[in-house]
Amino acid sequence: MTALLSLNGLGKTWFGVPAVSDLTLEVAEGRLLGLIGQNGAGKSTLMNMIGGVVQPSAGGMRWQGAPYRPQTAGDATRTGIAFIHQELNLFTNLSVAENLYIDGFPHRLGLIDWPRIRTRSTDILKRLALNVDPDTQVGRLSPGERQLVEIAKALHNDARLIIFDEPTTSLTPRETVRLFETIASLRAEGRTIIYISHILGDVQRLADDIGVLRDGRLVDSGPVGDFSVQRMIRSMIGRDLSGLFPPRTGAPGTSAVLQAQSLTQPGVLQDVSLAVHAGEIVGLFGLMGAGRSELARILFGLDPCASGSVALNGAPVPKGIAARIAAGMAFVTENRREEGLMMEAPIADNLALVSLRTFGRGLLAVMDTEAVATRTEVTRRDLMIKAGDIRTQPVKALSGGNQQKVVIGKWQMTGPRLFMLDEPTRGVDVGAKFEIYTLIDRLATEGGGILMISSELDELMGMADRIVVMNRGEVMGQMARPAFDRERILSLAFREALP
Amino acid sequence: MMATTDRAMDIAVRHATYVIFAAVLIYFGAQVPSFLMPESLANIVKQSSFIGIAAIGMTFVLLTGGIDLSVGSVMFLAPLIAGYAMRELGVPVPVGFAVALGAGLAMGLINAVFIVWLRVIPFIVTLATLFLFRGFGTWLTSSTAFDFKEDFRAFGLSSFAGIPTPILIFAAVAILAHVVLAHTTFGRQIYALGNDREAARKAGVNMRLVEMKVYMICSVCAALAGFVLIAQIGRLDAGFGEGREFDVIAAAVLGGASLFGGVGSAFGAVVGATLIQTVKLGLVFTGVNLYLQPMMQGAIIILAVLADGVREKRMQAMQKRTIRSMTG
Repeated sequence: MTALLSLNGLGKTWFGVPAVSDLTLEVAEGRLLGLIGQNGAGKSTLMNMIGGVVQPSAGGMRWQGAPYRPQTAGDATRTGIAFIHQELNLFTNLSVAENLYIDGFPHRLGLIDWPRIRTRSTDILKRLALNVDPDTQVGRLSPGERQLVEIAKALHNDARLIIFDEPTTSLTPRETVRLFETIASLRAEGRTIIYISHILGDVQRLADDIGVLRDGRLVDSGPVGDFSVQRMIRSMIGRDLSGLFPPRTGAPGTSAVLQAQSLTQPGVLQDVSLAVHAGEIVGLFGLMGAGRSELARILFGLDPCASGSVALNGAPVPKGIAARIAAGMAFVTENRREEGLMMEAPIADNLALVSLRTFGRGLLAVMDTEAVATRTEVTRRDLMIKAGDIRTQPVKALSGGNQQKVVIGKWQMTGPRLFMLDEPTRGVDVGAKFEIYTLIDRLATEGGGILMISSELDELMGMADRIVVMNRGEVMGQMARPAFDRERILSLAFREALP
Repeated sequence: MMATTDRAMDIAVRHATYVIFAAVLIYFGAQVPSFLMPESLANIVKQSSFIGIAAIGMTFVLLTGGIDLSVGSVMFLAPLIAGYAMRELGVPVPVGFAVALGAGLAMGLINAVFIVWLRVIPFIVTLATLFLFRGFGTWLTSSTAFDFKEDFRAFGLSSFAGIPTPILIFAAVAILAHVVLAHTTFGRQIYALGNDREAARKAGVNMRLVEMKVYMICSVCAALAGFVLIAQIGRLDAGFGEGREFDVIAAAVLGGASLFGGVGSAFGAVVGATLIQTVKLGLVFTGVNLYLQPMMQGAIIILAVLADGVREKRMQAMQKRTIRSMTG
């Protein structure tokens, strides 16, 4: 059988850090390749290179034996490659048919030829057994139906290779079953599929071949018959961690800073209980869509929660975000560019943001700019933020690691009791990671409780006193540092039973 | 599946402006039956044409998520330039008509160059040109009123097959805009761009070209609106069109256009402009204190925007991502 797509020594380096290196892989025509790997293993970078979004820095690709060098997303589409992303690329204000045709409407007498579009769209939708009118607005469809529209787009563009990236994340079980039926019918048409997923059982059921990525390399591959779930997990993990993390300087205390009881929000959380003690770093692990960030948002009062209780230092938390900040909560969001920082504003302004009201003087609360300057300078030195003049230099001029320190710093200035850190080292290079770990350790040693959310298990195993594992909005289990077991944590996160 | 009442509510919320419109017509009709006579209805449409034509153009801009504050000044300057051409150069009215549209096109191009090529935000660019265009006209006239020739006024008061010319032009613009928005690639690309710029770029939409055209269309519509109204009056005062940009935006928004882009239609703008005019005339008919009229306009806009908010909330509730299935 000929290879539809082959990758030869493909590599991509971001600012000296390899995301994918020396990757050689063949995707055989008509087969389904299941691609697995931990978060950050290089799957997205690989997909972006195939999709023409990112240009490889080494190696090359071939499509049906001929060199394939996509420069834009359009090149990939024209070649016959389609992507079904977790975040769908659909126009919610346009109809289903329009979404299929937006990159090229057929015309008749100078106007869009609607009858032809409708006929052809209806045909495609019928093939997918999607029973909606092609004139329906995409915004009125469910996530599952939208995904089928994306697949319809792939069929409309006559894609020969369809790449699914975590397609079941936002689907209900029934929609998932339907997706699998659709995938089966796509295969019956002879289309080639790459299926990326964290749900190992699904991969095992669907795939012909399996490829395992770790640290940007293909570390294991073969026909699915050779792969047990255990082998998949074992291939995905494993590396020496010494020297990547600072030693912990303190030990967790016994008084609970945070005590959450039976938090339930339909569709999001189910009976989640969690405690964080003074001086303790609790790692919250889970795969994409496990509900980790959602839990943090609920604890901070950003999202509603139907039932359950949250206590801070033994007292029930007050309502509202401002009151929770005053009570000693801090939340460093996962998306620092959009939620955590004012990128254009000077560093000092960003640092002072959360504690602004403490700098107001007199009846009109006029800002005491001198006090702001002195206080923010203390924080800068304290956190070793590498910057020039923090009163003029905008945050966007800082490196990712230093930006993250500014986010942590602005919360530290409020003297919080509970820190919730969502992906604190995302997009931060290795050296700066170490500094942020040191900072986190210090916050704990100073008596704060830390809830550290991360997709990188290594970093949680290196930093946390205790790890809590979530899956689909439920706590699957937890273990203290002496009992850390990588395979057990992953199997809890993947919800796969190990013998 | 939605319950029947829920569904009825859904439809009412989605077409709030039409519901309000129907309610307004029924209310005034019940108060003063002569309000629903063909003459008074025709009068409403004729008086709506001025704001309506400009609101159709504004809808194009709003659909991309932009805004054009300069339309009031374009309404003033474009007919003025046409007036000079007709009075000083003696060109006939149809040529003057073309001159006005050409002037509008040029002003739209100025807006577009700053917004699309120099990437200055639309609000600032059109705020600046609001003063520039008006200032240029004020300098030309030394702030005095400009009187047009008689044949120009004859054009404004003419009618064709018993239908006044302004209504015909209004209808022609509305139909043309609808065809462009709903049945051409350009039109559908406007909607796509307003919904998700990044996705539109990926889908191969020529963003710059689309945005340029949109601002030019808006200014041409404003020029046309000014020309048609001045043709009925025959005289251009120094303050003509001042503050009208807000009437125009209000009409477009009332017609369902979203300031965030991606939502709106040509007929929506027509309905929005006509609704505002209906309320104005209705208040005259029922003898309500005229000074209450701006408050009524404000109240109606709030009502429509409220409905829009409810609709948006419902949409979001439908799209809320869930991790677990709601049953399990």
